[in-house]
Amino acid sequence: MTDVLEHPIETPSHGHEEHHGPSGILKWLTTTDHKIIGLSYTVTSVLMLVIGGLFAEIIRAQLSTPNGSLVSLSQYNELFTMHGSVMIYLFAGPFAFGGLANIIVPIQIGAPDMAFPRLNALSYWLYLTGSITMLAGFFTAGGAANFGWVAYAPLSNSINTPGAGADLWIGGLLLTGFSAIFTGVNLCATIFYLRAPGMTMFRMPIFTWNMLVTGILILLAFPVLTAGLIMLYCDRHFGTHIYSVAGGGVPVLWQHIFWFWGHPEVYILALPFFGMVTDIIPVFSRKPVFGYKGMVFATLSIAALSLGVWAHHMFTTGVVLLPFFSIMSLLIAVPTGIKIFNWIGTMWRGEIWFSTAMLMALGFVVTFLIGGLTGIYLASPPLDFFTHDTYFVVAHFHSVVMALVLAGMAGLYYWGPKITGYLLNEKIGKLQFWFLFLGTQVFTLPLYLLGLEGMPRRMAIYPHDPQWKMLNDLSSLGAAMIGISTLLFVVNVAVSWKKHPAGDNPWDGHTLEWFTTSPPPHHNFYRLPQIRSERPTWDYNHPGHQALAHGKHAPAVPAEKVSTS
Amino acid sequence: MKVEAKMLLGLGLFFGVMCAVYWNWSLENAGGVMMFAGMLLCFLPGSYYYFWSRRMKMRPEDDPNATQASGAGVVGSFPGTSIWPFTLAMGAFFIVLALVFGVWFLIPGLGLVVWAMLGGTAEGRRGGKV
Repeated sequence: MTDVLEHPIETPSHGHEEHHGPSGILKWLTTTDHKIIGLSYTVTSVLMLVIGGLFAEIIRAQLSTPNGSLVSLSQYNELFTMHGSVMIYLFAGPFAFGGLANIIVPIQIGAPDMAFPRLNALSYWLYLTGSITMLAGFFTAGGAANFGWVAYAPLSNSINTPGAGADLWIGGLLLTGFSAIFTGVNLCATIFYLRAPGMTMFRMPIFTWNMLVTGILILLAFPVLTAGLIMLYCDRHFGTHIYSVAGGGVPVLWQHIFWFWGHPEVYILALPFFGMVTDIIPVFSRKPVFGYKGMVFATLSIAALSLGVWAHHMFTTGVVLLPFFSIMSLLIAVPTGIKIFNWIGTMWRGEIWFSTAMLMALGFVVTFLIGGLTGIYLASPPLDFFTHDTYFVVAHFHSVVMALVLAGMAGLYYWGPKITGYLLNEKIGKLQFWFLFLGTQVFTLPLYLLGLEGMPRRMAIYPHDPQWKMLNDLSSLGAAMIGISTLLFVVNVAVSWKKHPAGDNPWDGHTLEWFTTSPPPHHNFYRLPQIRSERPTWDYNHPGHQALAHGKHAPAVPAEKVSTS
Repeated sequence: MKVEAKMLLGLGLFFGVMCAVYWNWSLENAGGVMMFAGMLLCFLPGSYYYFWSRRMKMRPEDDPNATQASGAGVVGSFPGTSIWPFTLAMGAFFIVLALVFGVWFLIPGLGLVVWAMLGGTAEGRRGGKV
C-alpha cells in the first residue's frame, strides 16, 4: 500500500526498515525508491562510460599512426559519433542528475523520497531503453549513426545518412530526452516542496542548489531538442523541408535549435559536478564553504547566461550576431571564476585531508581551469575562426568533460560509503587518481598543439608529419592511462566489496545525508536534527560550536581519519 | 516560497531583457522565440509561487526557526512498488521502434501504454503495493 508519511521527529517511530516487498529482479523492475533508482542510473551510466571509453580507445589506436587501418573510414565516423553521443547523452548527464542527485538530493534536504516516485522510475526505464535504442544502431545493416554527435543538417537528412542507425539515434535521444525532462520536474518539485522543517533555501547544500538550477535548465532546454528531433525525423521520413533548402527550409535552423539545447546542456552536465566538488572541498578542508551565497548566485548567473550563448558554436556559419554571443560567452567566465575563487578560499588555511575524494576534487579544479580558460579563447570570434573544427576545440571540451569525470569519481568516493555502507580502498583510489589526472593532461595537452598546428577533427587519417605523429602518440598514451584508471576503479570496487564498513559519517560530513545510516533506511531517516545552518549534521556533532551565519563557523577539531589501506 | 518565486521571476526577467536585446539587434527569429518561451516558462511557475507566497503562512521549510515538531503531520503520499512505470516505458520503447522498423510495432507499443495508464490510474486510487 501507499505510505502516507509524517516528518520523522526525535524518536525512531516509522519502522520503514521493515519494508517488505518483492525481491530480486522483480524488486528492480517495480521499485519506486529513489536510492535504488539512483543506483540503477549510476551503474547504467558507468557502464555507458566504459562503452564510450572503449570507442575512444579504438579512436586513439586508429590515430596512433598517420594511415591507421584498424577501422574503416565509415566505421571511424560511427565511432566518433557514438563516442560523443554515449558520453554526452548517456553518461555525463544521467550519471549526475539521474544517479548521484537522485540518491543524494532527497537525503540532503531531509525528504523521504523524490516528489513523484513513479515518474522517477519511468525516467530510469526511458533512459535505459533510450540507451539500448541508440546503441542498437551497431547491429543494423548500415551501422550506427555516423553524422557526428551534433547531427548537423543537411548531413543528417535521409539522402546523406540513410538507414536505421540514424533513426535509432533520433529515437534513442527522444526517449532519453523525455527521461531527462521528467527528472528535471522531479528535482524541482522535490526541492520546492519536500524540504525538512528549518531547511530554508539558503540552508540547502550547494549540491542541492546546483541540482535545482540544473532541473530548471533541463526544463528550459530539453523540450527544444525534442521538438528539433521530431522535425528532423519529419524531414527524413514525411517529406517536410524544415531543414532543407530545396523545399524552402533553413539548414542552419537545426544548429540554432540544437545549440539552444546544447549550450545549456554543457551547464546541465557541469553544474551537478560543480555541486559535488563544492560539497566535498569544505568537508576535507575542515571548514564551511567560503562564500555560500556567492556560490548560489554564481550558479544562477551561469544558468541565466547559458541560455544566451548558444551561437558561439556557430560563429563560422557567418549568420550569427558575433558581438552579442561573444560578450555573453565571455561574461560566463565571471561567475565561473567566482566559483574557482571560492573553492580556493574554502581550502585557504583549512586543515586539508588528502583523501581520494579530495584529490579527485582538486584534480577537477585544475583540469576545469585549463578547459575553462581555453573556452574563453574560443569565445573570441577571431580566435574561434582560426581554431574552429580543429583539435583545439576537441582538447578544450575534453579538458572540461574529463574534469567532470574527475569530479564524478570524487562524488563516488565521497558518497559511495553512504550509498553502499562500505568504504573504497584509499591506496587503489589514489593510484587511480594519478592515472586519471596525469592521463587526462597527457591526453588533452598535445591536442591543443595539434589544433593550433591545424589538424582537423573527425579525420581517420592524417599526413605523415613527425610532429603530428608524436603528439598523437602522446595523446593515445594519455587515453591508455585513462583506460587503466577506469580498470583500477573496477578493481577497487571488487577488492573493497563489503570489506570496510563505513559507519554513518566517515568523513565528519556537514550535510544531512551524513546524519542517517549508511545505507539509509527506506524513506531515509529515523529522526532528523534541528536545522539551524547549512551544516546541520556538523552542528549536531559539534555542539560546542554555535551555528552562525554563512561562512562564520569556527573550525572543528579534526576527526580521526579513516584508513582502508 | 518567496525565495523560489524571486528566483524564477528573476531568471524570467533576465531572459526577457536578453530576448529584447537579442531580437532587436539580430532580427533572428529562432533564438528570439526560444528565449521568449524561456522567459514564459520561468514567469508561469514564478508568478504562481509569488501569488501564493503572499497569501499563505510561512511553511516550516521556509521558517529558519522551525523545529522538527513544527513540521509534524502528513508529508505526503508515497507509492510502494509499481510495475506500471516499467510497462509504460516498454510501450514508449516499442513506439520508438515503430518509427524505425515499421508501424506494426505500434500494436504492442500502444497496447502497453494504454495498459500502463489504466493500471497506473487504478493503482493510484487503491494505493499500490508495498
